[in-house]
Amino acid sequence: MPDAPTPTTPDTPPPAIVVLDHLTRRFGDFVAVDDVSFRVAGGEAFGLIGANGAGKSTIIKMLTTLLPVSAGAATVAGYDIARQPAQVRRHIGYVPQLLSADGALTAWENLLLSARLYGVPPREVRERIEHALTAMELAPFAHHLVQGFSGGMIRRLEIAQSMLHRPAVLFMDEPTVGLDPVARRTVLEHVAGLRQRFGTTVVVTSHYMEEVEELCDRIAMLSHGRLVALDTPAALKARIGPRATLDDVFAALAGAEAEETGGFRDTRRSRTAARRHG
Amino acid sequence: MDDSLTRGSLAYLRQAYGVAAAEVAKLRHDPFELATRAVQPVLWLVLFGEVMARIRGVAEGNVRYLDFLAAGILAQSVLFVAIFYGIAAIWERDLGILHRYLVSPAPRSALVLGKAASAGVRGLSQAVVIYLLALLLHVAVSLNPFRMAGMVLLILLGAGLFSSFSLIIACLVKTRERFMGIGQVLTMPIFFASNAIYPLDIMPGWLRVVAHANPLTYEVDALRALMIRGAASVFGLGADFAILAGGFALLLGVAARLYGRMGS
Repeated sequence: MPDAPTPTTPDTPPPAIVVLDHLTRRFGDFVAVDDVSFRVAGGEAFGLIGANGAGKSTIIKMLTTLLPVSAGAATVAGYDIARQPAQVRRHIGYVPQLLSADGALTAWENLLLSARLYGVPPREVRERIEHALTAMELAPFAHHLVQGFSGGMIRRLEIAQSMLHRPAVLFMDEPTVGLDPVARRTVLEHVAGLRQRFGTTVVVTSHYMEEVEELCDRIAMLSHGRLVALDTPAALKARIGPRATLDDVFAALAGAEAEETGGFRDTRRSRTAARRHG
Repeated sequence: MDDSLTRGSLAYLRQAYGVAAAEVAKLRHDPFELATRAVQPVLWLVLFGEVMARIRGVAEGNVRYLDFLAAGILAQSVLFVAIFYGIAAIWERDLGILHRYLVSPAPRSALVLGKAASAGVRGLSQAVVIYLLALLLHVAVSLNPFRMAGMVLLILLGAGLFSSFSLIIACLVKTRERFMGIGQVLTMPIFFASNAIYPLDIMPGWLRVVAHANPLTYEVDALRALMIRGAASVFGLGADFAILAGGFALLLGVAARLYGRMGS
């Protein structure tokens, strides 16, 4: 088992936009997230990795106010997730593991729904939707039903929906699960473009080590709901050896758990997402 | 203070409208559902209604049975459209669409109100079909615009009430399989323990008590009074509207509290 996490502590740390303080979530006797604390700086891309059932998605669900906290606390954009959930929701975007775009609506209608739910000023709605569609290379398909889209197109549409109100933090829960390599690459390029353009903080979970390494400034590794490592990708790899990859880090820190977990629910969720991706 | 209240109210209505407009857009893309749903009321009026009309003494006063039945079938259509809204919510949760709603800053009550409004739109489309059919069958329907406006309000209230009830059931049972079973079990008693196809007077005493606690009874009572020339409300239109509005507000509040937990 590795030592306790050793977060980087520069002399003047940038202001944190996501703060977890002994965050805990229990389901009956099962502790899904166990006393996890970390801070994410504004503008940072932060990765959460771990085996199925390690607690990544549960943390994201708590931070997006979908799941109540059992103990501890957290703030997002300065708002307490338990006491100020409505304010938290105003400042976040969320791309869930399951596909959340409505296939029975067109891309434009999906974006219009998001604009209305997030209170985008009516006079700005058209312009923002047009920009979002152009930025995500979906403009030619604006008035096509989403049920005819490829998986990569749906994910790009969902990212556009999540960014329409210019959130401070974008949470993405396994955004590339079920996508082919080309679609994954396109999605990642668009996320990187958004960060560059808006300076959005990104918190992402993924099973693909290479994309976490490419996208994230720092990575938190979880095992059995506990935080077991937190550092930059380079520092994490250096712990294992000079030629180590993030896959080696993952195998060393979460390998045993990865072999044992991934139950019926996780498998069903992944397969459902993959099926909807086509 | 007043400005912020007005802005807040407008934002709330815009969020509810957004949900309802999305549902209506789905109907526009695929109106097949509306066509198939129109078959059932046609069968009730043309087959059941025509046969039962030959039995004397079922309807109240001088009203023909087919006239009596028309408002009941309209209320039934609204009930059947609305009561399966819960299964759509479970389906949206399973697909991941529900999360899109729940992570938005829209109050849960605005989301449920939007769903209720879209159930009302579906109910109104059924009303158009039934009205046209009733005219063809020489039912004594009123074409008074004020009465028709009252009916629109009643249909929206009834659809909102029963779709909110349906969402509550969905939040409690959580799976499509369970909902299908319970939906069937609930729909039939709500329909038969009401004045939709026979008057309260011919019911046994215990069933009459149940019917008085059934919101569908008040919807049928008011619809009949407004839709059929010569028919009158048993409970009074004011009481019918008040009971439906109160029931809708209560169930909307409960559904809004439970709806947020569906995403957990």
